[in-house]
Formats: sequence, structure tokens, C-alpha cells
Amino acid sequence: MNPESWGLWRAQVTAILRLEIKKNFLAKRGLWVYLLAAAPAVLMWSHAALNLRHQRVCDLGKDSLIFATMFQFFYLRLAVFFGCVGVFLNLFRGEMLEKSLHYYLLAPVRREVLLAGKFLAGVITTSVIFCTGTALTLAAILVHVPRQAAEQYLFGGGGLGHVIAYIGTTALACIGYGSVFLVMGFAFKNPIVPVALVLFWEGANPFLPALLKKLSVIFYLHSLVPITVPAQGDFAFLAILGQPTPAYLAVSGLLLIALVCLWLAGRQVRKLEINYGTE
Amino acid sequence: MSGREILFENVSKFYGEVLGVNRVHLAIPPGITSLVGPNGSGKTTLMNLMTGLLRPTQGRIDILGVAPNEPERLFRLVGYCTQFDSFPRGMTGYQFIYSYLRLHGKSHAEADEQTWRAIDRVKLTDAAARKIAGYSKGMRQRIKLAQAICHDPRVLVLDEPLNGLDPLVRAETIALFRSLAEGGSHVIISSHILHEVDAISDQVILLSSGYVVAEGQIHGVRTEVEDHPMQILIRCNRPSTLASRIFELDTVVEARVHNDGKGLLVRTRDPDRFYLLLNRLVVDGVDLESVAPADDDVNSVYEYLIGPDGGSI
Repeated sequence: MNPESWGLWRAQVTAILRLEIKKNFLAKRGLWVYLLAAAPAVLMWSHAALNLRHQRVCDLGKDSLIFATMFQFFYLRLAVFFGCVGVFLNLFRGEMLEKSLHYYLLAPVRREVLLAGKFLAGVITTSVIFCTGTALTLAAILVHVPRQAAEQYLFGGGGLGHVIAYIGTTALACIGYGSVFLVMGFAFKNPIVPVALVLFWEGANPFLPALLKKLSVIFYLHSLVPITVPAQGDFAFLAILGQPTPAYLAVSGLLLIALVCLWLAGRQVRKLEINYGTE
Repeated sequence: MSGREILFENVSKFYGEVLGVNRVHLAIPPGITSLVGPNGSGKTTLMNLMTGLLRPTQGRIDILGVAPNEPERLFRLVGYCTQFDSFPRGMTGYQFIYSYLRLHGKSHAEADEQTWRAIDRVKLTDAAARKIAGYSKGMRQRIKLAQAICHDPRVLVLDEPLNGLDPLVRAETIALFRSLAEGGSHVIISSHILHEVDAISDQVILLSSGYVVAEGQIHGVRTEVEDHPMQILIRCNRPSTLASRIFELDTVVEARVHNDGKGLLVRTRDPDRFYLLLNRLVVDGVDLESVAPADDDVNSVYEYLIGPDGGSI
């Protein structure tokens, strides 16, 4: 591997990013991804607006818990999950269906470099969309808290660490789910059933034996969220039971899953053929 | 490996149980090579195999010393104008070429310069800023051609490149192929328009049902079609005398005098000996106006080897 190759690959990945990011952000069929990302923010901003209008005092502890519940049980499990389905499944399969993938395959680009460029573009797109969603939702909580209390929470009570942890967890969710759906896009012609199976597997995580728990994305994400939702109420069964993994292990585990998926996708992309007629 | 030829060694491609091409052995030299055959004969499969868009089920392909499964090296040598009439969404003609050149790793300045050069060559300068979605069929064909030639490849693979082009652009495009071939490039064309194939090709490859039926220079291929004696058209002052004399050769199978009494159609299994005899007859007083082969072209070869119902030609 010489430095010239790295320079070329960097230039090629940049060229792929330029094409893909624009396409991902502006895709009409991706409108629902924005809606999923914006849903908690819309809810929280409505709540904040009502509180401000009626001059009600915000209960920061209660709102934080509501956010944590929404983040773990809706945002990570459904919004980011399906957002990644929409973006990453289409990176290759979508272009195959549109019969435009050959554009890339006719360029002197290593297939693995193409894969890396497209994956990176997907991660950037989903991270920007969903991290912005997370940030806006958190902002909605803080906007109707008295300024002094908000500052105290952010800089004295570990709130800033929470904000960073939530945004970081969102980005890691995009990497984890993104890599899973990228490889599924290669492996299945109709990925709907496999996606449903992954959703079931992620949902069934609390009931799995300790070893199998680790073969899921949600297990590591739950270990990274700063506020643990108490296992009570209607959705208690969804809480991940057992010892949370230390953050460094959770991040490493999740990145390891992503690397394995990328390696599998790399094997598939080397064998990829353009045969639009059979798609 | 010479590195000068495109080689297919025992290449087969099956789509499941459906045959694409079977046991193809080819050595394609520089110049213009036409792939001719009816729909479904394997022309596009052969081109897609050559460019790595498909992988052979068996066999080996070598493009000037590079394997098609190395796109990072292959597409520095090869430009491919596919038959796919679909483009990345929302792109203008300029962006289509420019982005492709950036994928090559070229700087902005290089990509910009080469983009305009390619667009100029296909006469699309005025439409370069327009979205491809609004292009006519002929313009889309030309922008694909620009993409194929923009990086000055040594091998140009063109799947039905003349489709949708108006006669003027068609002539200019053929001239462009000719100049590339004269510069030592390989230009591989699939076409349904046989008279154009005849006019521009240095060699032809005839395909039928996934098999290579014949390959080589058109005259050579025609000579090998022994089931159909060569037809030679002669215009002269004494066709009846000529007809009686040419049966001295046992390879002449038929001689038919034209209705106007000024010509003769001869069918012979050995045209070279026949031409020698003609030289003698001229000396004997038969005044020849013209002598020309009547079926020494792609059209006839195609009809003899593949049949008139071979496809939608």
C-alpha cells in the first residue's frame, strides 16, 4: 500500500461523498426519514411551547426521563433503525433498481473504495439528520427551563456530558445499523423480511442469553445512554436487563459489529454484477 | 501475454440456467471490431464481461494485460458506452462527465478541462448545463459517448453507439471511431446496422445464440462460408460468351446472364481462381466494364451464417 494509493483513494472517496451526500439529503423518497428524525423534536417543542404559553414551570428531571424513554424506545429502536433502512439499503440496491449503479462501476475505483465512500456518505447523512433531531429535542427541554437552572444542569450537573452522550450514541446507532443494512442490501433481493427479522432480534434482546445479547446493536447503544430508564410500566419488557457494558467496551463492540458487516459487504461488492434485468 | 490484444479464453457465462455466451475464444487486435448478431445472441454479455460488469462462469479474459476484475486498472485503459439509458438523478451533462473524471482522482482543473474537451467532441457544448433528464435520445447517446472517451482510453467498448443519432452526427461519430482506431486503439462496436458495420469495421465477430459463429476480416469470413459459393457480378459486352467459357473451372457452380444482356452473375467456390481466369478472358476479347463481389459483405455473411430470421436486424 503506497502513499500514492492513499492519496488517490482519498480523492475518490471525496468524489463519491460529493455525489452521494447531495443525493441522500435531497432524495424525495427520503422525506419520511426527516419526519422520523423530527418527530420527538416536534413533540418536545410543542410541549415546551405549551408550557411557556401557560407559564408552567418545567420539571427538568421528569422531562429528562421522558426524553430518555423516548430516546431508547422510539428514537433508537424505531426512528434511527428505519432511517438507516431507508438510507443504507438504497446505497447499492436503490441504484440497482434505478439502473444507475454502472456509473460508478465504470470508473477506475476499487470496489472497496466505492463501498467505503458510499457507507461514509450514509453515515454522514443519517448522523446529521438524527443527531440534529436529538439536539433539537434536547434543546426543546432546555428552552423552557429557567436560564440559571439550564446552565446549572449543563455545566454543573453533568448535563453537557448527557447531551454529548446522546448525540454520540445517535451517531454510533447510525454506524451500527447502517453497516447491518448495507450488508443486507447486498445479501437479499427483497430485504423487507430480513429487516423485520432484525427488528424482532433487536426487540427480543432483553430475553436473549448473555452471549447472544452481544450480537445486536441495541445492546451496545443501551450501555451508552446516560440515563437508565427504570424497568417498570407497559414497556418494561423492552429494557435491557443485566449488567451494562462499560462505555469503552460498548463502543468497541459496536464498531466491531460494524467492521464485520463492512468486511462482509466488501466481499459482496467484489462479486457485484450489473444485471438490471433480474432486479 | 502480449498486452496488445483483448483475449477471451474459453469464456462462458450463464445466468442461472440461461446461456449468455458459451466457450468463447477470441483474440481481438487493435482497430474497429464489430460484434454482430441478433437480439439475445450475446453481444452485450460479451461487452459486459470485457468490462467487468459481469463475471464469467468459466474462462479467462485479458484486456491488454489487465483482468476485468481490477476496475482500478481496467478503466484507466477502457471506456465503455453502455446500452443502459439511465443516469444518476438530477445531473447536467457537464456534471455527468466532470464527476466521472473526479472519480478517476483527477483535480478540478484537469477534470474541468477534459470534460469540456469530451463534450466538444460530441458537439454537446450548448446543452452541457442542461439536465440530462431533458435530453433527447440522441443527446443522451452522445453524452454517454463523451463519458466513454473523456479519459482518452486505449480500448473503447461501444454498445449500439449509433442508436438515435442523426445522420450528420452519425457520420462524425464514425469518423471519430476511425481516427481512434487509426491511432492504435481498440474500438469494439456492437451494431444492428449492417451496412455501417460493413463500412467501418476492420474485423467482425458474428454471434448467434451465445456462440461465436465466425470472426475475422469480412472477406476472410465470407471465404470460409463454403456452403454458399461467392457471387460475383460482372458487367461486360459478351456475357453469353463469358458464361460458356467460365465453366472451364469446375469450381463455378452457376452463371446467370442478366435480362438486359449486358451482365452476368457468377457463383463460384473459388473466387481467386475465377479472377485469374477472367484475366485470360479479357485478353481473348471480352470487354469487362466492372467486376464486383455481390455478397462479400457483413449482410450476406450474416444471412448465410445466422439466417434471415436471426433477429430484428
